[in-house]
This record gives sequence, C-alpha cells and structure tokens, in this order.
Amino acid sequence: MKKVEAIIKPFKLDALKEAVGALGIQGMTISEVKGFGRQKGHTEVYRGAEYVVDFIPKIKVEIVVKENHVDQVVQAISKSVKTGTIGDGKIFVLPVETSCRIRTDERNEDAI
Amino acid sequence: MRKIFFATFLLCLPAFAWAGDDAAPTIASNADAIAGVQSHLDYVWTLVAAALVFFMQAGFAMVESGFTRAKNSINIMMKNLMDFSVGSIAFWAVGFGIMFGANATGWFGTDGFFLSDFSPGGDPWVLAFWMFQVVFAATAATIVSGAMAERTKFVGYIVYSMAISAVIYPVFGSWAWGSLFHGGGWLEKLGFIDFAGSTVVHSIGGWAALAGALVIGPRIGKYSKDGKVKAIPGHNIPLAALGVFILWLGWFGFNPGSTTAGTKDIAMIFVNTNLAAAAGAVTAMLTAWAIFKKPEVGMSLNGALAGLVAITAGCANVTPASSVIIGAIAGIIVVFSVLIIDRIHIDDPVGAISVHGVCGAWGTLAAGLFNIEGATAQIIGVQLLGIGAAFAWSFGTCFVLFTAIKMTIGLRVSADEELEGLDITEHGGHAYNDFQTLN
Repeated sequence: MKKVEAIIKPFKLDALKEAVGALGIQGMTISEVKGFGRQKGHTEVYRGAEYVVDFIPKIKVEIVVKENHVDQVVQAISKSVKTGTIGDGKIFVLPVETSCRIRTDERNEDAI
Repeated sequence: MRKIFFATFLLCLPAFAWAGDDAAPTIASNADAIAGVQSHLDYVWTLVAAALVFFMQAGFAMVESGFTRAKNSINIMMKNLMDFSVGSIAFWAVGFGIMFGANATGWFGTDGFFLSDFSPGGDPWVLAFWMFQVVFAATAATIVSGAMAERTKFVGYIVYSMAISAVIYPVFGSWAWGSLFHGGGWLEKLGFIDFAGSTVVHSIGGWAALAGALVIGPRIGKYSKDGKVKAIPGHNIPLAALGVFILWLGWFGFNPGSTTAGTKDIAMIFVNTNLAAAAGAVTAMLTAWAIFKKPEVGMSLNGALAGLVAITAGCANVTPASSVIIGAIAGIIVVFSVLIIDRIHIDDPVGAISVHGVCGAWGTLAAGLFNIEGATAQIIGVQLLGIGAAFAWSFGTCFVLFTAIKMTIGLRVSADEELEGLDITEHGGHAYNDFQTLN
C-alpha cells in the first residue's frame, strides 16, 4: 500500500475527486493547508500597509491505494488539476505499513 | 331616508351630553392640547433616537472585532459590553450631574447625581434626556477600545472606562452642552457650535484614544526594527463592514436626535448625515485607490465613518451641498491621517484616532466655515478654541490617567499573553470554538 499525497489549488478539488473516482477509488481525506514552493508569495495591502503573503491556501488530499494503482492515480491527479500556471502543486508517494477499517476490523488491502 | 336621518340624530344625542360635561374648548386649552402632542412627540423621537444610538455599540463592537485578530475577539466584546454597562452606571451616578447639573462656575455641574432630578410621578423629561445623553457618553468611551485593542489589560481598561464616563467626558460636555439642561458652560456661552458632538463626543474620544495608544505602545510585530509598518490584517472584513453600516444607521439617531424634538428640522439633519457619510466613503476609496492602486476596503469603511464624524458638529447649520464637501474632505483627511499616524509608530488597529479625533476636529471647524448664517472670524475662532480645549482636556487627562494605570495596576498584558491571545489569557475562552482556523 502507498499513500498518495497531493497538494493542489483549492478550486481543483472537484476535478481531482472526479478523476480518481473514475478509477474506482472510494475514499480520501482532505485538509486545508497553506504553503509555497518556488512560486513565492504576492503583495497585498491592508489599511495602507503593504505585506507579503508567503503562504498560499491549498488543499492537501491523502489517498491510500494499492501499490499497483499508484502510477494510474498519480497520473490521473496530475492531469485533472494541472493548469500550467505557477502554484499547481505537488504529489508525493509514501509507503504505508498497515491499514485497518475500524468498523469491520479488516486489515491491509481489504481495508482500502 | 328620513328614518336614517332621525336614527343618526338620536345616536348623536349622548355626544351633546358628553360635551356638555367638559368646558367647551377654548383657544388656550387647544394650545395646551397641541403643545401636549408636540411634547409627546419630542419624547418619542428622543427615545427612538436614543435606541438608535445605543445600537451603535453593536456597530463599534463589529468594527473593532472585524479589524483585529480572532484570538482577541472575546476581549473586544467584553470591552464594548462593559463600556456601555459600566458607563451607564457611572453616567447615572456621577457623569450626568457633572455634565448637566447646575453649573455656577461654567466649568462643571454640581447636582443631578443619581438622577436626583427625577422623583416618581414627577416630570419624566429628565429621564428621556438622560437616556439620550448616556448613549452619547458611551459612544465617546468606546472609541478608545479600538485604538488600544489586542494588548490592553481588561482591568486597566475598565478603570479608564469608568473615569471617562464619570468625569472626563462630562466635564468637557458641561462646557459645551450644559445649558441643554440645568447647566451652562463657558464654551457654549462663547457661541461654540457642536450640534451633535464632533468635538464633545468624537474628538474627546479620539484624543483619549491617542493618549491610550501612545502610553500603551504598539502591538508586537506591528513595526519592524528598521521602522517598516507591518500589516496585521483583521480577521473578518464582513463584520467590520457590518459594523460601519450599523454605525451609519445609528448616526440617523445621533445627529437628528440631537434636536430632542420631533420637528421638521430633523429632515435636513438626516440628509446632511447621509450625504457626508457617502461622500467620505467615496473620496476615501478614491484616495486609497490612487495611493495603493486598488480600492481598499478598510480605508473606504473608515472614510464613511470619517464623513459621519465630520458632519456631526454642523449637521443642523450647514446645507446639504456643504455636507457633501465636508464629508468628502474628511474622507481624504482620514486616509492620510491613518498613514501618518502609522508612520510615527502609533499603533491604532481601527483608525479611531484618525476617524474620531482628527475628523472630529475638522468637522468642528467645518461647522464654522460652512455655517449657513455666515462664517465670521469670531465664529471660526471659537470653533478653534473649542477644538484646542478638547484636545488639551481629553489628551491631557487621559495621558495622566493611562500613565497612572500603567504604573499601578498595569495597562498592558505581557508579551506572552499578547502573543497567545487575550481571549484565552484574559477571559479563559475561545471566540470561535468550532471553527478551523490556521494560526
């Protein structure tokens, strides 16, 4: 099992959800995060004082998938959220040791 | 047909008997009755206006909360709640007597404490008048809350709040407005024009705010070591805007209500109030747009308030066209004032000093300059005298007061408390328990 972690622009969440749903993925977890990459921030003004906003709001999506699905999922996510402008985000793949479905106590690949 | 006429005549007979029991109406009794209706109308209008001005407390609370950080929202609510609650008691016990009591010297009143002018069954006008005046006193008091937001000890603030409602505001008020009841002040005797309180309420509050912000110092992180002004954005702009709309609404009681009479005069005052607010919002927006290349909401909201404060002095003695000019100039002034005050490193999170102190002074001067019956050197001189006296009295006493609080019970919270947030350190709670906020 692997966890696919995607940090994406918030308005692309629906596109991602549809794309991975088409692959048969049945669950995911999202969190509201902030971050920046090489994109840096931008300058805003508040009551006459300029300030640089470094951390841009993003959505982090976490999906645990079977190892042989990883490449498909990564590709589907990338294709669905890409806009071509800076700030599109990143995808990371991490190893997952065990999984457990709480309601039924199923383990590992039966749990995802 | 004749039956109907006869029946109607019979039905009217009792009316003749009834009329016969009272004396027939005379010119004098008619005049009395009409005066009675007018008096009742005066009561109703004054008290409705008082309710509108009371609602401005909600406006101030929303503005201050919207322009500050979420971690201090409970503290803002508590300060505003207590400004009005403590202030009401203080003004009932002491303030009203100082402001409107018999005033032999022309400098402060000496009777009317604890609403002694009222006895049950007696003339209740003093109650209506007190109600209208207490909401004005509370307005002046709560102006300071915004300028000192996010770093003031709650106890220290309450002490200030008591002092301004009991003494500082009423003393100056007695100079300018005492004769509205039993008093009479030296400043009004010179012909000082401040119909609804650009100086009496707003500048007194604004200069007190200046003293407070100066004594307490800026928020941590507001000014960098190399002197740059750092933005500390407010957490809820819609709340701030709601607050401004509520204040604008309340001002329709603040200005026209100062007639304390239900007469046709209130129409022009309503219009003047609205036009000045609108003009201030527009010019502030345009000024900020020109400087920062975007129409910025904080400055625009301040502009509306600046216009309202500025028209408050002259709302009854200037034309609607003049109101547009007065408000427009206030909108420009407030933007530059906010920038300058930041530049000299006085941290005012909501712009209270600029909106109320500076634009209150402008509005008081404008009441002389745009006076319908003509602006003379004498009139303008008295206006300037009043502006100066207000600054000297309010800034002077409050500077001493805040310094005394600082050196005794303490005025500012510790650095750790300020960084953690006053909601948890002063009040033991979170304003937004179920929200997910990123800090």
